[in-house]
Amino acid sequence: MMSDILIKLFLSSGVLFVMFNIAGLLTWVERKQSALMQDRIGANRASIFGIKALGMVHAIADVLKMLSKEEFCPQGANKFLFKIAPYLSFVFALVGFAAIPIGGELIVGHHSIQLQAAHLNVALIFIFAMMSMGIYGVVLAGFSSNNNYAFLGGVRGAAQMIAYEIAMGASIIGVIMVFNTLDLQALVRAEGAYLFGGWVPKWGVFVQPLAFFLFLTAAAAETKRTPFDLPEGESEIIGYFVEYSGMKFGMFFLADLIETVLVSSLMTTLFFGGWQVPYLHADGFYFPWGAHIALTNLPVVILGVVSFFIKTSFFIWLLMAVRWTLPRFRYDQLMNLGWKILLPASLVNIAITAVVISLFNH
Amino acid sequence: MLDYKDEWLLDMGGMMEKNLEQYYDPTSLYARLRLAQMKRAWKKENRRKLTLWERTYLPTLVSGVWLTSKHFFYNLMFHILHLFGLAKDVKAAVTYQYPEKPRPLSPRLRTRHRLTKRADGSPRCVACMMCETVCPARCIEITAAEHPDPNIEKYPAEFIIDLGKCVYCGFCVEVCPEDAIRMDTQRLDIAEYSREEMIYNKKRLMED
Repeated sequence: MMSDILIKLFLSSGVLFVMFNIAGLLTWVERKQSALMQDRIGANRASIFGIKALGMVHAIADVLKMLSKEEFCPQGANKFLFKIAPYLSFVFALVGFAAIPIGGELIVGHHSIQLQAAHLNVALIFIFAMMSMGIYGVVLAGFSSNNNYAFLGGVRGAAQMIAYEIAMGASIIGVIMVFNTLDLQALVRAEGAYLFGGWVPKWGVFVQPLAFFLFLTAAAAETKRTPFDLPEGESEIIGYFVEYSGMKFGMFFLADLIETVLVSSLMTTLFFGGWQVPYLHADGFYFPWGAHIALTNLPVVILGVVSFFIKTSFFIWLLMAVRWTLPRFRYDQLMNLGWKILLPASLVNIAITAVVISLFNH
Repeated sequence: MLDYKDEWLLDMGGMMEKNLEQYYDPTSLYARLRLAQMKRAWKKENRRKLTLWERTYLPTLVSGVWLTSKHFFYNLMFHILHLFGLAKDVKAAVTYQYPEKPRPLSPRLRTRHRLTKRADGSPRCVACMMCETVCPARCIEITAAEHPDPNIEKYPAEFIIDLGKCVYCGFCVEVCPEDAIRMDTQRLDIAEYSREEMIYNKKRLMED
């Protein structure tokens, strides 16, 4: 019992540690990636004893700057809500990671450890609940600031996130129907099956291609970044966190990046086989042309974790690339896309999936 | 005259003649404004409808990400090669590392002033007050004094340019009969901690 608690503690703190660091690193990635796209160099000045580490020191410098800045609370603001809003945004973005399976089943001695901080049988619903709770951070920040621009930003944010939350939820129902489970670990395990005589892995993207594109769009909107950055609109339309300064602003900023990671890992899990490596089974590779490489449990699990991180990194890269490529949508375009294209398309997807599944079962 | 090669002009050619050429000179301002207005209206009416495929945003999304990704991977490759000291002649960024390596400036660019010197090191300026008179920002202030050499009437006892006021129009250089003031120091980064320090006297102007 004690060892189980210790294992869980170790696992969850490990996930938390990795996610914090990835979010911090993403500030660097975002700067450098946008710089390379635009033929620039990007942040490269901050240094500790002459070590610049390709500008990575800027992430530390930014945090130090934000921590040492004044925490301003505007006159007439609702102080309690104003102070709690960034934490809500931040915590709910972070909690979602608990249910993401980062690896398969690791066997240490007589213990079998699922590499998932919280092994929930309703993991998918849990993650979506937590992501929906993130809206409260946005709404409360806009509402409590006693600033009309912040308020409008919060309203825009709420409208957008509700619109895309529904499309997002509807788009994954097809995936749930195909794999018949809400448990993400079981879902990833089910994705280890193969289609077309063992050549194509049964990943979500191959059985639910439309759902993948819908989810990708809705997920980009969910992270509140360009082209869907209407709630924030850093420079022109002014978003819900105008009145925030110091680390409270930093928390909103980090919450966005953490949501980017969360959404990317969710995309990996649902549509790209999570920690599955093609043709890798519990005891080694079985290639469809008949070759076999035997592996023990530990390398299989490590390969799985590595593949999960590679896939997640790809989606983070993709979301960043989209964020630095497309201009912002107009508000009516945004609402049209959400309610008139994504939602009907995801409903159609559910209907088609249902028909196909019932045909196959008969 | 109107050029009927444009598709939109052909389309509304008849109306154009009736409206414009019959009553107005087509080169007049009114005709040109009206023409532009009509062109806008025509374009709005005849705007191409997006196809369903285009309205899904996917083609623009893919082509946009394709373009930025090409830049990304091209630059990333050369940045990595540069780290290993390879392909140094290919630039992966257009950035100039400014304070260390300033951008090359055109020799014609109007930069901070300097006072040119005679062979003996005294200013060529004869304190004729032409530059002070022509200066639109009124930032030049010359105190004239009698020159010991009888061939030269005057010299500037003090020559002050307030660079905080200067608009870098270059009129002082144009108007100078003695080629005594030039704007070719190639110095643009003029920054001081107070307004007083922005006021350059004769000594500072003759330093380079």
